[in-house]
Amino acid sequence: MARTRAATTTTERPKDQADQGANSDEPARTPERSAGGSQPPMFGGLSGSRKNVLDLDDFSREEIEHILQSADGMSEVLSRDVRKTPTLRGKTILTLFFENSTRTRVSFEQAGKVLGADVINVSASASSVSKGESLLNTVRTLEAMKVDVLVMRHPHSGAPYFVASKINAAVVNAGDGTHAHPTQALLDLYTMRRHLGDIAGKKVTIIGDLHFSRVARSDVFGLAKMGADVTVCGPPTLLPYGLRPGSERAERAAFTGINVVDRVEEALEGADVVMTLRIQKERQDSGNLPDLREYSKLYGINADRLALANPGALLMHPGPMNEGIEISSEVAHGAQAVIEEQVSNGVAIRMAVLYMLCARNRTGE
Amino acid sequence: MDEGFFVSQTQVELENQGRLIMSVEQLRRALVRISHEILERNDQPVAVIGMQTRGVDLARRIAGLIDSIENVETQFGTLDPRLYRDDLGGSDKPVVPSDIPFAIDGRPIVLVDDVLYTGRTIRAALDALLDFGRPSSIQLAVLVDRGHRELPIRADYVGKNVPTAHGEDVRVFLEEVDGSDGVTLVRKSEAPTNSGGQI
Repeated sequence: MARTRAATTTTERPKDQADQGANSDEPARTPERSAGGSQPPMFGGLSGSRKNVLDLDDFSREEIEHILQSADGMSEVLSRDVRKTPTLRGKTILTLFFENSTRTRVSFEQAGKVLGADVINVSASASSVSKGESLLNTVRTLEAMKVDVLVMRHPHSGAPYFVASKINAAVVNAGDGTHAHPTQALLDLYTMRRHLGDIAGKKVTIIGDLHFSRVARSDVFGLAKMGADVTVCGPPTLLPYGLRPGSERAERAAFTGINVVDRVEEALEGADVVMTLRIQKERQDSGNLPDLREYSKLYGINADRLALANPGALLMHPGPMNEGIEISSEVAHGAQAVIEEQVSNGVAIRMAVLYMLCARNRTGE
Repeated sequence: MDEGFFVSQTQVELENQGRLIMSVEQLRRALVRISHEILERNDQPVAVIGMQTRGVDLARRIAGLIDSIENVETQFGTLDPRLYRDDLGGSDKPVVPSDIPFAIDGRPIVLVDDVLYTGRTIRAALDALLDFGRPSSIQLAVLVDRGHRELPIRADYVGKNVPTAHGEDVRVFLEEVDGSDGVTLVRKSEAPTNSGGQI
């Protein structure tokens, strides 16, 4: 599935004349509304035509590369004394969160504000959603107030896809249920690339609750596209159905090329990146995990286990951390941890994503 | 086969892309003259900042020329003004980090670009530069001024003034990126690539 989606994303676009040595000083382009009112493609396309960022499975490698490169430029803006550009002046970005969040919501807000957009934050608990308004009516109401980008988090997998099919604003999935979290995956790729250079061929080990982790799922798609060697390890009850021992279900096909390893020591051996996932206590009612202490003992990353990975291997965690459960405090704040850097890089990545989506209207049609 | 053969081959290749309006030698002389003019007009040492992408290489050459003329070390930086454009243009290429490794406050800055056309890119670059500090002055050096300004902006140093029509493109080729130096003028309809300038 991932393959075919990727192929459709390389749609044609006019070759850029500046590549051929033409002047960069082109006359201003006037945005034109096509009279036919044809809908832009919902999925896929290189920057300039992409409407939504819902998951990485419909991204091409080139498109991911483009965003990672742009994030370098955005990081430079963030390192300035004056962290403000007028790029998205007059654009409105709305964050609509039906689940709690610190880093994702704030980093989208920071990203939008640094680029000069207006950012409005709506949390479901403080909105009319608590009065029983439906998801569709909520987003239609919000769109009626002129929104260019809707950044959305929802506890139900697929909710952003539904919303994206109903509204004209660009939709960014900031986490939907146990499904996807594409901007987290992009910032993980970016963080790895800043330390390791090309990710292709690097061994990335992801440890923990892969069944409920939307981060891991998007990470796997992104890492596979960039050619990384992905190893996953976790309690069998917390692996996706297709990856569980003895499983022959079709989902396995979507994850070809990843190694599933039972023993954490084996998974860590020779790793260039160790990523440990949060045990999501809010999703553990189903009894998949009998005991947190047992989990910590078998799968928790501590100094001894981290020493099995390559010297200088990166230790990553999407946050928020349960210190002492999936990661020990010692390594979480140790020299190999890049967890805070992941957060800083998240702002740059989200700037690149917002820039790409807002520019679509001008350069696409 | 002597070196001249290769040079003329390159020229022929460039001419295939349109009418050659600056040769390797003309381009070199123009940059030497601009470097002398910059020195002539500035008592204080200037810093040279090139605009992505070909302005960067031109600026690097100008900084090197100033150094060799005066035996000084000229500060050199790069600027990507794309985030300051008024049309969100150019987003089909990744944003490049600007690199200005010195304080621009209180010193004269020479901005360098390849072609001056509408002036909108320069307007964006001025805004971008002012976010880095407060230079004592900003001067503009361009390799080609092709006219058709849409803003009250002019260049202080011009390699060559080229009267053009809107339907034409000025293409700058530099050895660093394109393998050889030269400037050509092409009609957009003949151009092998689609123009982003006209919608």
